[in-house]
Amino acid sequence: MQDYEMPPLHELSARFSGKLLLRKEIPLEETLFQQLLSLNYLTPKKAITRKNFTYQCERCGNQKHYLFANIPCGICKQRHLYCRKCIEMGRTSECEMLYYWTGPQFTWIFHENPCSWQGELTDVQQKAAQRIVTAIRNKERELLVWAVCGAGKTEMLFPGITDALQMGKRVCLATPRADVVRELQPRLQKAFSKVAIQALYGGSKDKQGTAQLIIATTHQLLRYEAAFDVMIIDEIDAFPYHADESLPFAANRATKAQCTTIYLTATPRKRHQMLINRKKLPHVFVPVRFHGQPLPVPKKTMCHSLKRDLSKNLPPAAFLKWIKVRQNPSRQLLIFVPSITLAENMKDHLYRILKLQGHFHSIEKLDSVHAADRDREQKVRAFREKEIFILITTTILERGVTFPSVDVAIFDAGHDVFDEAALVQISGRAGRSPDDPTGEVVFFHQGKTEAMIQAIDSIKKMNKRGGF
Amino acid sequence: MICLWCYREIIPEITWSNLFQLYKPKPICLDCENELELLQGERCRKCSRQTNKEICSDCLWWDDNGALDTIEFNYSLFAYNTMMQNMIAKWKYRGDYILGELFKTYMVEAFNKKFANLKKDVIAVPIPLSNARMKERGFNQANLLAEFLPVIRADILLRKDGEKQSKKNRMERILTDNPFFIQQTINKPVLLVDDIYTTGTTLRHAATLLKENGCPAVYAITLVRG
Repeated sequence: MQDYEMPPLHELSARFSGKLLLRKEIPLEETLFQQLLSLNYLTPKKAITRKNFTYQCERCGNQKHYLFANIPCGICKQRHLYCRKCIEMGRTSECEMLYYWTGPQFTWIFHENPCSWQGELTDVQQKAAQRIVTAIRNKERELLVWAVCGAGKTEMLFPGITDALQMGKRVCLATPRADVVRELQPRLQKAFSKVAIQALYGGSKDKQGTAQLIIATTHQLLRYEAAFDVMIIDEIDAFPYHADESLPFAANRATKAQCTTIYLTATPRKRHQMLINRKKLPHVFVPVRFHGQPLPVPKKTMCHSLKRDLSKNLPPAAFLKWIKVRQNPSRQLLIFVPSITLAENMKDHLYRILKLQGHFHSIEKLDSVHAADRDREQKVRAFREKEIFILITTTILERGVTFPSVDVAIFDAGHDVFDEAALVQISGRAGRSPDDPTGEVVFFHQGKTEAMIQAIDSIKKMNKRGGF
Repeated sequence: MICLWCYREIIPEITWSNLFQLYKPKPICLDCENELELLQGERCRKCSRQTNKEICSDCLWWDDNGALDTIEFNYSLFAYNTMMQNMIAKWKYRGDYILGELFKTYMVEAFNKKFANLKKDVIAVPIPLSNARMKERGFNQANLLAEFLPVIRADILLRKDGEKQSKKNRMERILTDNPFFIQQTINKPVLLVDDIYTTGTTLRHAATLLKENGCPAVYAITLVRG
């Protein structure tokens, strides 16, 4: 052995255990890196494997041929494959290796009293929270928590996370959307003020991902292997998690052999409902919102000239009628539209019409927001602080956001983007505050669709199970 | 066929012109293609910039500093709009090599339109990468563009290691030392190939060196006019 000064081993193992990285993502000197390899502390595996006629990217699990391409590599001077699917995280190619830590495992801290949250759970929440704790203690493989919109899912997790941290376990809270990660981080840091927490998403400042408690977008899990004792996946039915196979692949790989995976959702997809019905997937159901009021049931309103109005960027006539007779005109208004262009174009027309009508005195500000909007975070904040009174939005605000007192309207609820889950989620934006636990939800449509009927049915069913 | 950019399936429309003929499907779908902006209309004769003057103010400035005015003219194909910025970022910096295929037909068309009279003896010379950058990226985007052209290609230029051009401001770019070196002489006209023309410094540096080593005329073709 050379007399090369090695950094303390526990420091290295804290940095690299549970990670699956390319050489360029490991900022170590070549000599040290070689030394770790020869000690078998770092183990290489091929980044792309070939088997008969199929290829697989070992980082993202991609097997689709059209997501691979050939490159005449200037490094190894050969023509070989690279993966196009996970290229945003740095290119994986056939001549490269992925490295994972096989040295001494890092022992995480046994926190004595990690939770600094002062609030109290309701009885229903308490029951679900207890179930989560049991699942983690007994190292159950999976548990699905089916809680209606606004049930207080995050708070229900606190006892479970507390318990895991007390036992020195490593916990990951993953969600498909970066917005949600940004919203969760301060909340969790407040609830676990003594615990080091890192938030990982595309563009986050702290990319190390070496904390015991990690909040991450599901994409970030592509860099982990066998890292977590408890994996919590929020909104499993949300885009892109349910549509992109590499995300469940990565989430699954990031778990240790004896890991408890907890899924959270308000609107489980068909596949999960089927597993629940067959008793293949243990679940716990939370049918009541935390303020104990039922979910608002949407109303359907038929508009005969809806498509024509929308093509001229005008709001449907029935909407203008409804806005005059709202039960509580002081509530803010959230309008969902199916496309970005419509959100942009309708803004001015709607403002002009509402002003002309004059029924609507309190109209201070009206704005629109969509995924490609640069001021998106700022507008959402302005709406939450009631600086904007009416917000026209695409489905980006369908979930994960809380506004205290709003009415919700959907224009063209029969459109394909509004599937059952989306409609239930959107309806769940109304009546979320204990001070104003109800709210109106109206679907403006030109011909009802299966999705609309099922969404309303499932809301009614959930209310029934909640005892209303 | 699946679009190289948005991964959606391309369903080709059947028209009279392709009904009885074999035709090559494009690697990009119509929606994505329409977002690319081809440079059109009146342009600077020297650098391809969109302007109503015959020679733009930048090129006049280069003219005044005669020593550096070494290229006959540059021809660029696309404007550097948001779509192109995203494409270049993914292609060049993320290293999605295959995206270069998107530009193949455009490059060939542009060559035939502007440089067809040179076809006999011109040599295509891609702007090289330094060794360090090559190790990082694994491929040279200019090299790929040069391969599309129907002329002989020769990698006669070499590049010293240095800072990225894209990390400097305009004046810093113009005042950098010549990063290229050459190990042979050349007696044929040269068509330099690069991906982006921003200030024109890189191309002029390369051209100066080529001229010093016997090259009679230097032209340039660049994918994007920044």
